[in-house]
Order: sequence, then C-alpha cells, then structure tokens
Amino acid sequence: MKYLFYILFLLSFSNAIVAQKVAVFDNYATLEKTVLGDEKTIYVVNFWATWCAPCVKELPHFEQLNSENKDIKVVLVSLDFKNQFESKLLPFVKKKLIKSEVVLLTDKDYNTWLPIVDKDWSGSIPATLIIKNGKKFFVEKIFSDYKELNDYVNKIIN
Amino acid sequence: MKKLSVFLLFVTVFLATAFSSDVPTPYKIGDKATDFKLKSVDGKMYGMADYKDAKGFIVVFTCNHCPFAKKYEDRINALAKKYKPQGYVLLAINPNDPALEPDDSFESMKVRAKEKGFAFPYLFDDGQKIYPQYGATKTPHAFLLDKNRVVKYIGAIDDNVDSASDVKEKYLENAIAALESGKTPSPETTKAIGCSIKAKK
Repeated sequence: MKYLFYILFLLSFSNAIVAQKVAVFDNYATLEKTVLGDEKTIYVVNFWATWCAPCVKELPHFEQLNSENKDIKVVLVSLDFKNQFESKLLPFVKKKLIKSEVVLLTDKDYNTWLPIVDKDWSGSIPATLIIKNGKKFFVEKIFSDYKELNDYVNKIIN
Repeated sequence: MKKLSVFLLFVTVFLATAFSSDVPTPYKIGDKATDFKLKSVDGKMYGMADYKDAKGFIVVFTCNHCPFAKKYEDRINALAKKYKPQGYVLLAINPNDPALEPDDSFESMKVRAKEKGFAFPYLFDDGQKIYPQYGATKTPHAFLLDKNRVVKYIGAIDDNVDSASDVKEKYLENAIAALESGKTPSPETTKAIGCSIKAKK
C-alpha cells in the first residue's frame, strides 16, 4: 500500500513535468519576434486549433518531424478560442503529450497579421510556415502522412 | 533550328495547359461572378437569376461542422432577415464534400436549417463546382455582389468571431451600405481564420 502511494506520487510528478506550459500571445508580431526570432534556427510553424479536425489529424506528423528531423524546430501555433484555453487546449496538449512547443495566438487583427505570415493567406487552416534565415515559405495544405511532410520540409530547407 | 522551335512550341503549349487547367483564378473585386443553380434544404433549386429585382447578393460559403461557421450562424440568419426587405438576397452555400465531413451532408443541412430556423436558402454545392470558381477557401467566406453579379466585397462578416456584441466593425454590412449609396466599400477585402473547405485531392 505504501508503495502504491509512492508510485502514484511519482506518476503525478512525472505527469507535471511532461505537460508543457503554453505561452499566450495577443499579437502575432510579438510572437514572431519572441518564439520564431532566432536566425540560426529553422522553424516549421503549424497553424492549427483543437476544433480543426484536419489539423488534429496531421499533428502527429509534426510531432514526428520535431523528434526525428534534427535540422528544424517545430512550433505549433494554436488559434483556439481564447475562452477555451483552459477547457480545451491545455487538456489536449496534456492528453496527447505534445512535445513540440505549443503557443496560443489570440490576435484578432487578422487583416494585419495574416499578411505578415503570407500575403495570399486567406486564413484557412491548417497552414504551415517554414522560416529559414528570415525567409518565409508558406503553404495552405494538409499533409496526409509523415513522409509527405518530411519530404516537403527537406526540399525547402536544403 | 526548326526542330528546336517545334520543341519550344511543344513545351510552351504543355506548360500553358498544365498550369491553366484545374484551378480557376479566385475572384477579385470587380470580377463578374458566375450564377448557379443549386439545391436548397427545401428541395428547390435556387440561383441569382431567380431574383430579378434584387439590388445585390450576399453569397456566404458556410457549413454545419466548422466551429467558426457555427459562431456566425445566428449572425448570417439576422443578415438575411434584415437585408431581404431592402433588396439584398443572402444565399448560403455549403461547399464541403460530405464523404470527408459527414456533418456537412445534405440531410444534416436540412436538420441544421430547421433547428436554427434559417431564413435563407441553404444550398449544397453538389459536385463542388461553384466554390472553386469563387475562390472560396474556407468557411465562413463571404462575397458581396451587386445586381449585375460584380464582386464588391470579399472576406469576413465582421471583426469578432467570438462575440457578436463585441464587434467593432461590421465589414459586410458596411460594404452593403456603401453599395447602397453608390460608394466603394472600404475595406473591399478582409481576412479571417476559418475551416479549410474539404475537397477530394
């Protein structure tokens, strides 16, 4: 019985370590400067939301990319509703044990920030942005498997 | 030399056909939009040609399943009721392929329209022929056309998806007001997040 408590204690502790903190930004320009600003890093940025089914479906490919492709860093920019941060987004991140960095963006000034990501982006998600040496490569598409995503990323960064 | 020119001609023709075929160019402000004849939840077919006296058309691509579209359902319904007496006809089109999104089947559309008491034709883009011509990419995605089907405004309904009461700018209504008074809408286009339209590859 004593051991059981001990194990439970350890489990709850490890769980706390695994569930990452999710930073919240209300301005995309600030997010870009803070999270995507290191010039030596190649970022693969996925715009998604827990309410977007195709986004959730392709997330595992980005998780795999983050752990297997050592040349890049994956950042998952959630566009979830602000009032669902604690009720939807955090439990989702915890349950799926997401390892890639997750941030929540609540910037409502779409007419300003969507064109910073890409001038032709209509706002449809999922969408993916690659940043290399300050250059942006944007695509509005769904990656149906890991290979498709990895091949696409490698083609752009090499 | 002759061989080379024949080859170049071949390449040109090949490139031209390869890139011009499948994806139509999305409408820009000032383009003339296509009419359509699509089935609504009441079983009847609707198109803009049915409204001879209309002063303009509000074409909204929307659907059942998308949370962003759901947040706008009541606002779309209110727009339809408000502007019909003024001569602006709202037509909503579900562009999604139900094979990929079962919630957006024609049967589910009927249920949703009844539940919410939709005061507008809720049309099904059967075969997904219409939305690519408009260049709609997501739901909701609104297009305001004048009586000659010339595109006057493209984009969001307003600037606050979360709450209708916190809206600061009613883009679409402002555009209608501009059209009504013979002015150019400002802005003519806006952007917003939305659910991608579900289409077979």
